[in-house]
Amino acid sequence: MDIRAQEFGTGEAAAGSRQHLVVIGNGMAGCRAIEELLARDPGRYRVTIVGAEPHVNYNRIMLSPVLAGEKTFDEIVINDRAWYDDNRIDLITSDAAEAIDRDAKTVRLGSGRIIAYDKLLIATGSNPFIIPVPGHTLPGVISFRDMNDVGSMLSAAEQGGDAVVIGGGLLGLEAAHGLNLRGMKVTVIHLMPTLMERQLDEAAGWLLKHALEGRGQTILTGADTAEIVGDGKVEGVRLKDGTLIPASIVVMAVGIRPSVALAKQAGLAVGRGIQVDDHMVTSDPDVLAVGECVEHDGQVYGLVAPLWDMCRALADGLTERHTGYKGSVTSTKLKVSGIDVFSAGDFAGGAGAEDIVLRDASRGVYKRVVVANDRLIGAVLYGDTADGGWYFDLMKKGEDVSSFRDMLIFGQSYALGGGQADPKAAVAALSDDAEICGCNGVSKGKVVASIEGGACTLDAVRAICKASASCGSCTGLVETLLAVTLGDDYSGERTTKTMCKCTSFGHDEVRKAIVERGLKEIPEVMQEMSWSTPDGCSSCRPALNYYLLCAWPGEYRDDQQSRFVNERMHANIQKDGTYSVVPRMWGGITNPRELRAIADVVEKYNAPMVKVTGGQRLDIFGIKKDDLPAVWADLNAAGMVSGHAYGKALRTVKTCVGSEWCRFGTQDSTGLGIQLERMSWGSWMPHKFKIAVSGCPRNCAEATIKDFGVICVDSGYELLVGGNGGIKLRGTELLCKVATEQQALDHCAAFIQLYREEARYLDRTAPWIERVGIDYVRQRIVDDEVGREALTARFLYSQSFMQDDPWEKRAAGAERELHSPMGIFQPIALAAE
Amino acid sequence: MVTADWLDIGRLNEIPVRGSRTVQVPGGEEIAIFRTGDNRVFALVNRCPHKAGQLSQGIVHGHSVACPLHNWTIALATGEAQGEDKGCTPVVPVRVDAGRVLIARAAAIAVAA
Ligand code: SRM
Ligand SMILES: Cc1cc2nc3c(=O)[nH]c(=O)nc-3n(C[C@H](O)[C@H](O)[C@H](O)COP(=O)(O)OP(=O)(O)OC[C@H]3O[C@@H](n4cnc5c(N)ncnc54)[C@H](O)[C@@H]3O)c2cc1C
Ligand code: SF4
Ligand code: FES
Repeated sequence: MDIRAQEFGTGEAAAGSRQHLVVIGNGMAGCRAIEELLARDPGRYRVTIVGAEPHVNYNRIMLSPVLAGEKTFDEIVINDRAWYDDNRIDLITSDAAEAIDRDAKTVRLGSGRIIAYDKLLIATGSNPFIIPVPGHTLPGVISFRDMNDVGSMLSAAEQGGDAVVIGGGLLGLEAAHGLNLRGMKVTVIHLMPTLMERQLDEAAGWLLKHALEGRGQTILTGADTAEIVGDGKVEGVRLKDGTLIPASIVVMAVGIRPSVALAKQAGLAVGRGIQVDDHMVTSDPDVLAVGECVEHDGQVYGLVAPLWDMCRALADGLTERHTGYKGSVTSTKLKVSGIDVFSAGDFAGGAGAEDIVLRDASRGVYKRVVVANDRLIGAVLYGDTADGGWYFDLMKKGEDVSSFRDMLIFGQSYALGGGQADPKAAVAALSDDAEICGCNGVSKGKVVASIEGGACTLDAVRAICKASASCGSCTGLVETLLAVTLGDDYSGERTTKTMCKCTSFGHDEVRKAIVERGLKEIPEVMQEMSWSTPDGCSSCRPALNYYLLCAWPGEYRDDQQSRFVNERMHANIQKDGTYSVVPRMWGGITNPRELRAIADVVEKYNAPMVKVTGGQRLDIFGIKKDDLPAVWADLNAAGMVSGHAYGKALRTVKTCVGSEWCRFGTQDSTGLGIQLERMSWGSWMPHKFKIAVSGCPRNCAEATIKDFGVICVDSGYELLVGGNGGIKLRGTELLCKVATEQQALDHCAAFIQLYREEARYLDRTAPWIERVGIDYVRQRIVDDEVGREALTARFLYSQSFMQDDPWEKRAAGAERELHSPMGIFQPIALAAE
Repeated sequence: MVTADWLDIGRLNEIPVRGSRTVQVPGGEEIAIFRTGDNRVFALVNRCPHKAGQLSQGIVHGHSVACPLHNWTIALATGEAQGEDKGCTPVVPVRVDAGRVLIARAAAIAVAA
């Protein structure tokens, strides 16, 4: 000990002919830099490495397998004591550098020791970022950075109990996985809507979440931590929404910050990291820096691959070979056993960037590659990452992929195998016993045999060998086999029209799958039904959102981003970007209070026009989106709610005055109209839905061109359906005649529900009935009494979740951001500053 | 890094995923900032090349937005109308740094004024 102190104390003398290189940080970059240097010129520098940790150099990325119990510490050591000794490197452990004196060219350690240097290399890595929420200093709050943290986690895990991991990125998920394997009940709290959002897209993030939940972890996305609670030690985590999650440890894995304190104090140029040039030299020519602590060309890195590149450039520089570091492209792999995730590059594209997507639901695979200007620029792989390295390589080399573009997504062996530039070849190349249909266990050989045996359509194949007859996710494969086997004889017929270009399935097939296979989220439908785009398009997203909320009332969470502007804003957009507002006027009846409130709104918000609509209510035009919540608050105060004039929903119920006033009226048409409207408002439907009730066959409410019309007669009510006054005029057809108001209401509810459950999105009742036939509708609603009651019950159940006024929530402040700009930018003021 | 060339307009999280927010430029044109399903951020002048529909109110899918007025599809990276439709909306350079959204000041002034 003494000898050393002496030796270091007199830098110059001890240095002899060799310069003294001092490394601060005994981590991955620091040691690798020395390895690179030794490989080039072992005699050049005398080396001292100063490390804050008590250990020799180990592989930090393998801390995750250590935590998970898959590796021991000894197995992750990169350089053992012998390496330091053999290379005559002085290693000082458990003693952090505290200050650098650049004038004296010395480093002071925590123990007080002073070390002189000729060249200094800073490789201090990063510090875990701890969110400063209340309670963040409680014992039991652990970061995940070094062996010491792993030790703390392991001793906590021995007690069992609950663990909360804050952060659903790479590090957090690896921590959660390890703690889960160690027997703790783990909850991951992630601020963003999808896991690992920096590396994965929504589809892959969803698959990952699903898989982790399947292993018993609780994953809360879109969840914000308010505080860590506990008396003297961690007892739980409270979210901003009030939820309290019990926990005996909290692992914070929300991010890292380059460790720059030493460099900053020494007066080196520091941005986000220690600024270095292409040879890893800082603003002081005798001080170098490498690893996560540096900033090169504006970039900081948090993965090892760039460090290797940096260390090469650094060692070249120190031995007068001036190659220089040019920045790195990075890729990410999650080290959670049994879950394969890979991502690399950029998905943003630019002009002409194109996505190629392959999904295989039966194998749980999602692959997406992004191609721009004939170059591969990004890849996300889930479930099958075998080709990750190949894609990454293509990306780094910027290779032209046009000659095998069609085969790219199938991976290296297909794309480069034999130069077939035809996706069909990939299927043709499958062996006879390759499984095509996972549900029914049908091999390629069997499918081909059925086709050769005469099954020359998809339906015929389904009937004969059952391939594609269950979940349907292999439909594309079966069709390719038909094409490959029949050649020109296969017309490629598909009887149903597909939903949109993102899928090969039609609306009815998708709806059926949602219900029968219990699909409950948009990304789940896309995965299970092999969507060919990462997140759908403006045709399929709104349709899927509707199908899911219809299938799972009370359970499905409406996706605002999958709604057309009017339904998202609860008002109708006008050509100048303002909105019109139509409050509900039940059955077309109003009163002075409502009229006064409308008049006041028109004046207060300078609405340029107010109009009586063709649907028996008042429409206020020209409201600015920022004013909508205030307008709604004023209308709500007078007892008015949204008229859904903007929605694929119940619009108006037109009535005539009926028996209460009219000399011809046979029944209370106004009263029945109001009851119908009260029952069915708020429900989302495939398209807009209009009702009218006329008090006698003179039909002043025009009930015979409505989706559901009632004509009152002396003996009861004629129920009419499928009318349309729009683009293609269609009169209603008689559904049946009933005797009481209650029967009219029940039949109406059943009819709406049948339409909701069976019509395709954006079909109004008229085209739907023309497709299925009025006899079918009569059979379901009139003849099948039990079925009708069930439909009515399902409608009313669904309504129990639907009937709250969307305006009221917005007026109270919900989704405020939809109504206000993110910022206001004053170019004049700024230009002057 | 926030420099004089880049304007910090707020947190990335203030923009919904597959959604958009606007930045108002008094006396100039509004800018729409989009966030896609894979968390990329783009900015365009908030005006459809067809009939000036507010692109910020459209459905964001992939790296495109469908205009709310007549459903033209506009590429977020280039502002160009896709498919048969012809026209282009000016692009504003935008980037995300440490969770903050930054737009290029000079470009914002140029396109918006
Ligand atoms: C305001 C109103 C016109 C008026 O000043 O009276 C109106 C206005 C619009 N109608 Fe209508 N329709 C209005 C009554 C009607 C009627 C009459 C009726 O309901 O008795 C019809 C024919 C009946 C029918 O629907 O079968 C009607 C058939 C249409 C159609 C064609 C529908 C069809 O199936 O062919 C469209 C286009 C569409 O929905 O795709 C349409 C679309 C529209 C839109 C939503 C256009 C749009 O997408 O922006 C207009 C919105 C204006 C706004 O901002 O408020 N409007 N529209 C009426 C509002 C009624 C209400 O109180 O909510
Ligand atoms: C659990 C985990 C899993 C990971 N998984 C992956 C992965 O799968 N793939 C991947 O590419 N990357 C992964 N990483 C990131 C990778 O480990 C880092 O990028 C890499 O370790 C950075 O190397 P470095 O030398 O810059 O920093 P470090 O390896 O952190 O080394 C810095 C060293 O300097 C020491 N030090 C700091 N200040 C001082 C001081 N003042 N005096 C003396 N010593 C000091 C520290 O104690 C530390 O030992 C993972 C990281 C963790 C924590
Ligand atoms: S008839 Fe045409 S122009 Fe008139 S409100 Fe209806 S959609 Fe608009
Ligand atoms: S204004 Fe955008 S599509 Fe018409």
